[in-house]
Amino acid sequence: MSGIPHDHYEPKTGFEKWLHQRLPVVGLAYDTLMIPTPKNLNWWWIWGIVLAFCLVLQIVTGIILVMHYTPNVDLAFASVEHIMRNVNGGYMLRYLHANGASLFFVAVYIHMFRGLFYGSYKAPREVTWIIGMLIYLMMMGTAFMGYVLPWGQMSFWGATVITGLFGAIPFIGEPIQTWLLGGPAVGNPTLNRFFSLHYLLPFVIAALVALHIWAFHTTGNSNPTGVEVRRGSKEEAEKDTLPFWPYFVIKDLFALSLILLIFFAIVGFMPNYLGHPDNYIEADPLMTPAFIVPEWYFLPFYAILRAFTADVWAVQFVSFITGGIVDAKFFGVLAMFGAIAVMAVAPWLDTSSVRSGQYRPMFRWWYRLLVIDFLVLMWVGARDTNFPHDWISLIGATYWFAYFLIILPLLGLIEKPETPPATIEEDFNAHYPGAAE
Amino acid sequence: MIKKLTATAALALALTTGGAIAAVTGGPIEDEDFSFEGPFGTYDQNQLQRGLKIFTEVCASCHGLKFVPLRSLADEGGVGFTMDQVRAYAAENFEVWDPDLEDGDGDFRAAKPTDPFPEGNDPNAPDLSLMAKARAGFSGPAGTGINQLVKGLGGTEYITAFLTGFTGEEMEVAGSVLYANKAFPGGWTAMPPQLYGEDVEFDDGSANDAHSEAVDVAAFLMWTAEPKMMARQQAGFVAVMLLTLLTVLLYLTNKKLWAPHKGKKLDL
Repeated sequence: MSGIPHDHYEPKTGFEKWLHQRLPVVGLAYDTLMIPTPKNLNWWWIWGIVLAFCLVLQIVTGIILVMHYTPNVDLAFASVEHIMRNVNGGYMLRYLHANGASLFFVAVYIHMFRGLFYGSYKAPREVTWIIGMLIYLMMMGTAFMGYVLPWGQMSFWGATVITGLFGAIPFIGEPIQTWLLGGPAVGNPTLNRFFSLHYLLPFVIAALVALHIWAFHTTGNSNPTGVEVRRGSKEEAEKDTLPFWPYFVIKDLFALSLILLIFFAIVGFMPNYLGHPDNYIEADPLMTPAFIVPEWYFLPFYAILRAFTADVWAVQFVSFITGGIVDAKFFGVLAMFGAIAVMAVAPWLDTSSVRSGQYRPMFRWWYRLLVIDFLVLMWVGARDTNFPHDWISLIGATYWFAYFLIILPLLGLIEKPETPPATIEEDFNAHYPGAAE
Repeated sequence: MIKKLTATAALALALTTGGAIAAVTGGPIEDEDFSFEGPFGTYDQNQLQRGLKIFTEVCASCHGLKFVPLRSLADEGGVGFTMDQVRAYAAENFEVWDPDLEDGDGDFRAAKPTDPFPEGNDPNAPDLSLMAKARAGFSGPAGTGINQLVKGLGGTEYITAFLTGFTGEEMEVAGSVLYANKAFPGGWTAMPPQLYGEDVEFDDGSANDAHSEAVDVAAFLMWTAEPKMMARQQAGFVAVMLLTLLTVLLYLTNKKLWAPHKGKKLDL
């Protein structure tokens, strides 16, 4: 492992030496905690710890909720009300868990967009990025199945719509959908398997998080300048870095505490703000809600799914050349998953020689537009599909793909980047003139 | 610039999302002042008792509250009955089917505090336990939900507007009568108007015009939907206070920790 040179754990007492020869677990913890970290990390680098906190929060509250929840179509809704009314502190557990999912996604989106701006995904950190995208996919699956468990109207109909996406796959779609649901429609078998997987996936996520951390501890953190830590000697590396403990642990905890302050204000004072009122109506397979809307964190991709209707020429063209196998519905499904896939391959689409967006004058504008695009898609995803919403989602979806497939590759060729500082130390000292002395 | 933009983005993200969930709404809903709104809001015990009376004498002839245990009428931060009052209220107003009576043949008996409110008599009348959370009066502007930050979600406002929103017009569709209502999505509801004013008499002479009654019963339904609201807000307040303290301490710790590396002198 060609890590950044730093002091390693030295067992001192007899017991430590004895254990170290048999299982170097203390050494592993020490090296993980004391990893040299670029000292110029800004506040956008704190979301990782928020995400780690969210995972723990969701697992802990989730395990306790399971002690009181009943996964059965006749009892699920009532068991959630039992938690809200009769279980000591149950209302708090459930609101923490429900809003915890929202905090989780706020954090993961900021974390991802940080990576997209500062080029954190670029070599040699592609594997960290890919594992991150896998975690994100698992999170979406977990959140979607978790939303089904309270068995409200939006749970049921959301599950019907989303599993219906698999039914859009030509030839094998319907058998896959039936297999996923455990029957011809969303019912008790669906609820039971979703419950089982909702409990399992967080632990898969936890394992992937360990790999994610292992990967970026191997390459070292990226940083706002995108300049690598000097690794010639320990002395050189120490000019660019500070150990994770205590410097970044305390900094991250401060940020986490501030974010939790806002989080607890939402949980305490407006816990249903981010939810859908229809989910307080028990699921009724015979009554379709007027509007089926996914949770807010799925809206940008839901907007992309709905953007490609049969009257879009690209859809008609693809339908024509595939002999109708790819119809508008399947095209939409491909677009939705494609929108995530293009993000995952960003490391190979970005051709720029400069890593950080700070030194890329043209990129900065396209990136800002991407952030706005994401928010517009989120807004339009909850609206109806009448004019002008159909056009807004189509333009938004097109820009999303254009950014990754056209703009990122081209910018690297035509853009003249500014010169980043030579070292992290130089960048840090430019911010803190006193530090050089 | 990019920092500002991203900060704005984060804020917008937090804001758009809530109300992005545009519920289908009928006509415009008026904002009402409820005592439980805002971080320090509390249920008005007298209002809840009035609402309970209206529910019992008017709504309960069709609607149920099957998720609400009768004993919770004695809970703190709610209607505030004594246990004797709960026993009397349950026995006077509701009968429940008990399968253990008559040597297992089952029979009706007077309700006890351990029973929940009964389900409704009319299968078309929705259960009202969660109605105040299952409706949103506000979602604007343009479905962003930002006005919910100011006005609240508006479930109780919707109920008030619905109960007072009948225009008097009727329409017969496939043998059943529909009633025009300004608040109801689509404009026509199967529920006939219920509150005309002076439908109930209050011992303390509180106002019993139709609007006051609607507001009182809406407040009561907020309590049935969210009986632990006051405890939750108190817990939220304590959490926010403790986290404020922790945040300040961590801020100072962080500042002091980094000062030598940033070449700053600190007297802490």
